[in-house]
Amino acid sequence: MLWKKQIPLAITFIMGLLLGIQYFVPHRISENFFQGYLDWAIVIGIFAAILSYISFYRVHGMRIKKKAPAWQYSVVAIVMSVTMALFGFIQGREEGMVFMNMYSYILVAIEGTMFSLLAFYISSAAYRAFRARSTQATALLLAAIIVMLGRVPLGESISFWHNIWPSLPTFTGIANWILNVPNMAAKRGMQLGIGLGIMMLSLKIILGIERSYMGSGD
Amino acid sequence: MHISMNPWVWIGVFFTFSVLSFLYKDNPFYKLAEHVTVGVSIGYGLVIWWTNSVIPRFYIPVFEQGQWILIIPAILGLMMVLRIVPKYSWLSRYAICFSVGAGSGMAIPRSMQAQVLRQLEATMLNLSFTSGAGINNIIIFFGVLTVLVYFFFSKEHKGVFGGVAKVGIWFLMIGFGATFGYTVMARLSLFIGRVLFVLQDFLGINLAG
Repeated sequence: MLWKKQIPLAITFIMGLLLGIQYFVPHRISENFFQGYLDWAIVIGIFAAILSYISFYRVHGMRIKKKAPAWQYSVVAIVMSVTMALFGFIQGREEGMVFMNMYSYILVAIEGTMFSLLAFYISSAAYRAFRARSTQATALLLAAIIVMLGRVPLGESISFWHNIWPSLPTFTGIANWILNVPNMAAKRGMQLGIGLGIMMLSLKIILGIERSYMGSGD
Repeated sequence: MHISMNPWVWIGVFFTFSVLSFLYKDNPFYKLAEHVTVGVSIGYGLVIWWTNSVIPRFYIPVFEQGQWILIIPAILGLMMVLRIVPKYSWLSRYAICFSVGAGSGMAIPRSMQAQVLRQLEATMLNLSFTSGAGINNIIIFFGVLTVLVYFFFSKEHKGVFGGVAKVGIWFLMIGFGATFGYTVMARLSLFIGRVLFVLQDFLGINLAG
């Protein structure tokens, strides 16, 4: 119990206290301590990253070993990771090398397309979610439409009223106003809430009230 | 039209259409693209991890500059790996607690500074009805106030308090709508990027005229 729970909790408390106080002490020792911590954190991260690689090869290796459904895709994942790493280590990362071509024509192509797919799904989800069922939902729908129109040249060209009364803003102007005024107010309110929430959670962690990050078991 | 002879462009187009095929339904081409992404990302991460982190941040400082103290965080990092060994998984707590504790300690003053005080400071604006900017400042000020009231759940949203909270919902709805619109446009610009790749890089169509 002492080694498995109390000492780790004491480490959390001591580190939390030290790093919390350090912020308010503008002394060379305090700054050196903080820089030392940052160096340590990077090294911990470097070695902790091994966990992610082991986990990847273990999960896919098990799928192949057990001949799990669609195990062939795991072979693809492992082969691609090894190929990419070998080309990176052997050939280097200069422009025109296989490593960079795999990055530009495979990784960027797939990830870019995957993110763009969301444009289709987000639109169909919006149709179902935003059907102006209430005045508040209508406000959301209108704000979204105006911002979308304000971001493209079409919005500027269909703002016919601007030609009649030049003092009235175009869709671009209205979109900018929505983004800079009511949207800013909403975001700021949320930011304040998030900030206070982070502080409360951090305090709970340091005091040992919140322990879920330690995982279950003894 | 001049179709590209670069095999990498063909591979890029193949994977672009493989991913887009998901719009019809999940299929082997999409699954292939998905697993290729995972594999390539891991391989990419391995190379970057080794060349940008292990060598300059650990190997050189320890073995060339003699900063042997960095062996301690290295051991802590390796203890994190023991997470996958059930018998010794508890040892990973030392590294986790070290990082989480330090992160929490850093978060309290920094969050107070950046997310609370700075936001409050930015809300303390010059309020006036005589100029457009002044009216906008009033809207921002009351918007922040009403949104905060909406998020205050310790008091029942009834009466004047409930009315103010309702105004907060209006601000939140407009904010969510604006964020949604902005996100859709960002995704669409990514889609346009992929279409341009197929038209220009692959088919060789000169869209600039």
